[in-house]
Amino acid sequence: MNVLDLSRWQFGITTVYHFIFVPLTIGLAILVASMQTAWHRGGNETYLRMTKFFGKLFLINFAMGVVTGIVQEFQFGMNWSDYSRFVGDVFGAPLAMEGLLAFFLESTFLGLWIFGWNRLSPRLHLATIWLAAIGTTLSAYFILAANSWMQHPVGYRINPETNRAELTDIWAVLTNSTTLVTFPHVLFGAFITAAGFLIGVSAWHLARGREVPLFRKAMRIGLAVSLASGIGVAATGDIQGRIMTEQQPMKMAAAEALYKTSSPASFSLFTLGTPDGTEELWSLRVPYVLSFMATGDPNGTVEGIDDLQKEYVAKYGPGDYRPSVPVTYWTFRLMIGFGALASLLALVGLWLTRKGRTPGSRWFYRAALAAMALPFLANAAGWIFTEMGRQPWTVYGVLRTAASVSPGVDVTTVALSLTAFTVVYAVLAVITAMLMARHVKAGPPDLTADKEPADPSVPALTY
Amino acid sequence: MELTTVWFVLIAVLWTGYFVLEGFDFGVGVLLPVLGKDDTDRRIMINSIGPVWDGNEVWLLVAGGATFAAFPEWYATLFSGFYLPLLLILLALIVRGVAFEFRAKHDSDRWRRGWDRAIFWGSLVPAFLWGVAFGNIVAGVPIDERHVFTGNLLTLLNPYALLGGLVTLGLFLLHGAVFLSLKTGGDVRARARALALRMSPVVVVVAAAFLLITQLAHGKPLAWVTTALAAGALLAGVVAAARGREGWAFTGTAVTIVLATATLFFDLWPDVMPSSTSPLYSLTVTNAASSPYTLTVMTWVAAIFTPVVLGYQAWTYWVFRKRLTRTPIAR
Repeated sequence: MNVLDLSRWQFGITTVYHFIFVPLTIGLAILVASMQTAWHRGGNETYLRMTKFFGKLFLINFAMGVVTGIVQEFQFGMNWSDYSRFVGDVFGAPLAMEGLLAFFLESTFLGLWIFGWNRLSPRLHLATIWLAAIGTTLSAYFILAANSWMQHPVGYRINPETNRAELTDIWAVLTNSTTLVTFPHVLFGAFITAAGFLIGVSAWHLARGREVPLFRKAMRIGLAVSLASGIGVAATGDIQGRIMTEQQPMKMAAAEALYKTSSPASFSLFTLGTPDGTEELWSLRVPYVLSFMATGDPNGTVEGIDDLQKEYVAKYGPGDYRPSVPVTYWTFRLMIGFGALASLLALVGLWLTRKGRTPGSRWFYRAALAAMALPFLANAAGWIFTEMGRQPWTVYGVLRTAASVSPGVDVTTVALSLTAFTVVYAVLAVITAMLMARHVKAGPPDLTADKEPADPSVPALTY
Repeated sequence: MELTTVWFVLIAVLWTGYFVLEGFDFGVGVLLPVLGKDDTDRRIMINSIGPVWDGNEVWLLVAGGATFAAFPEWYATLFSGFYLPLLLILLALIVRGVAFEFRAKHDSDRWRRGWDRAIFWGSLVPAFLWGVAFGNIVAGVPIDERHVFTGNLLTLLNPYALLGGLVTLGLFLLHGAVFLSLKTGGDVRARARALALRMSPVVVVVAAAFLLITQLAHGKPLAWVTTALAAGALLAGVVAAARGREGWAFTGTAVTIVLATATLFFDLWPDVMPSSTSPLYSLTVTNAASSPYTLTVMTWVAAIFTPVVLGYQAWTYWVFRKRLTRTPIAR
């Protein structure tokens, strides 16, 4: 292992870990805000208890998202300083905007929401959770704009004197076609994650016959959101696939383990390759489907890995321009598979809960509880796919990963930080899971206990 | 004014804001086991910063992001060069942030004691290491012609920088104690005030020594003004604390931190990271900066949104302006 490998592992581990919490934060922020809105409008206390119950779980999760996010802000400089020098002029702008427009908004208004229950007017208090939710969503937009620029660099030039990328058009970066389709794709994924969380938590209580009216409602919200977002994620994913076939044909060829350029191209259901992923041994394929998915035409030409490699050598000079085919191929399938399973469960659940029904059989509740993991796995697979599929580049076609790493940082140092982050993150994962489980089991709060001492002139101790 | 100057000033402002705001919540965190005699005391202390600590910490994230956007070379050299101290700061901020949120979410003495420790160390480590980092930035570190830091951890742990660490730690402790005396009532308030007075002579001496050395070794004539004003503000703050004028005492420590940080940035200009290897290799506002176009775009963004952010953050402090006391504690 050299500095490059260790730095990649560290970035991968810390980023995938960070993104466990992020989609749940984005999705739950909006769902909890909607619950509070429902209470505010109709005065139904079920929605208030729902808000407080899921709000508490949201805060536990939010804290983890925040603290693991701090690492992300500084890691580019620590481990990828040559990358930072090269791209800072372009890439730094959306990052700085994220801090100024999004982080301040979400942190400040969430603080007001947590501590403002008896101090702000109900309308104002409702506004704080919505502003925090807008902050988290804006944050996703800016960081995806930054990432999309790495996937599909636009609005820049290379300054021949400094040999660095320079921003020439901020609007092009913020409206990059890759950003515009990735942002809704990630948002729908976040909603599926939060909806799956609602479904699973509600299933746990419904299976025990506790708080049935509240959790039936929560489950119905989860199921509806999950199914609608499942359709959204598939639709945006389909557009993304086409855009990526144009922008990064190599990634999509690797995603399909398509070695030879084909027209029409068949879709691989299962491909067995050599362990290093350079050749196909056997595969089961559906004709025409890949051509249709990639080009919109069942007879369209889809370029294969081997031909693309030759093209890239001619264009960029000698080198291996193939990403890891097994990783790209399998994460692509896992992302779609896990996502599809979550949607299937939502469909079944909506049927079982139709017209005021509550499912009687335990298997559905067990499945719903287990299915909470699906969106998280799909999110992780999706990011591993899109980042690993872009290799060997950090900025596609412009800067290689090997040329991005910090030159002044040695192996021992990175090994130390990789170990430290992994250990601390693992310990925190156990603690967070335990705390979450405890709060899920405790169930929604009793509102009568809340009402007694409320003297709004004296600040309450919330922490 | 040149845009590179504007951004140098803006980044100085962001760090200053960060030190003034997170300074007192670091102070409260370190003082938690000192001033909190029982769990109720400690809850009062934590709740005094509860609504604002996260917003305070965003000042750091924005300082980092703004440096990345406006001075990519500075961002790259600083954070890859100061890798290990930064790693410690990050780990500290991780456990500290989680501790605030998790501590009250489970009713067990062992659980709370564990998170109290996390808050203490998670506040102490960054409060000290930020001073070490800024001491090194001002004094200069070995940087080669490619702008790569060529020293190691021991290079950064030199006496001057360590003294800088003691200064930030001391100032933040004093700032935190004064904040507690302003924002709490009863025993915590009395103990915070007594401690602030007891520690103030040490803080004054250490801070004065550091700023004097800084001025003599790396100083610009103009920065003597901010140095003198910083000393004056610190003394005025201490006098106000002794007279029980808590609002003025807090203003005094806040202004001290502003002026001390300003002094360091005055002395730094026009470098952003001087090289001790050769002045030719120093990172300056010119050679570390982004293109004029990026700086123009970012200037517009900052000009429009900074007032908005300042407005709603100030409003938060207004909403939670009341003192915290022992009365409403029925859990």
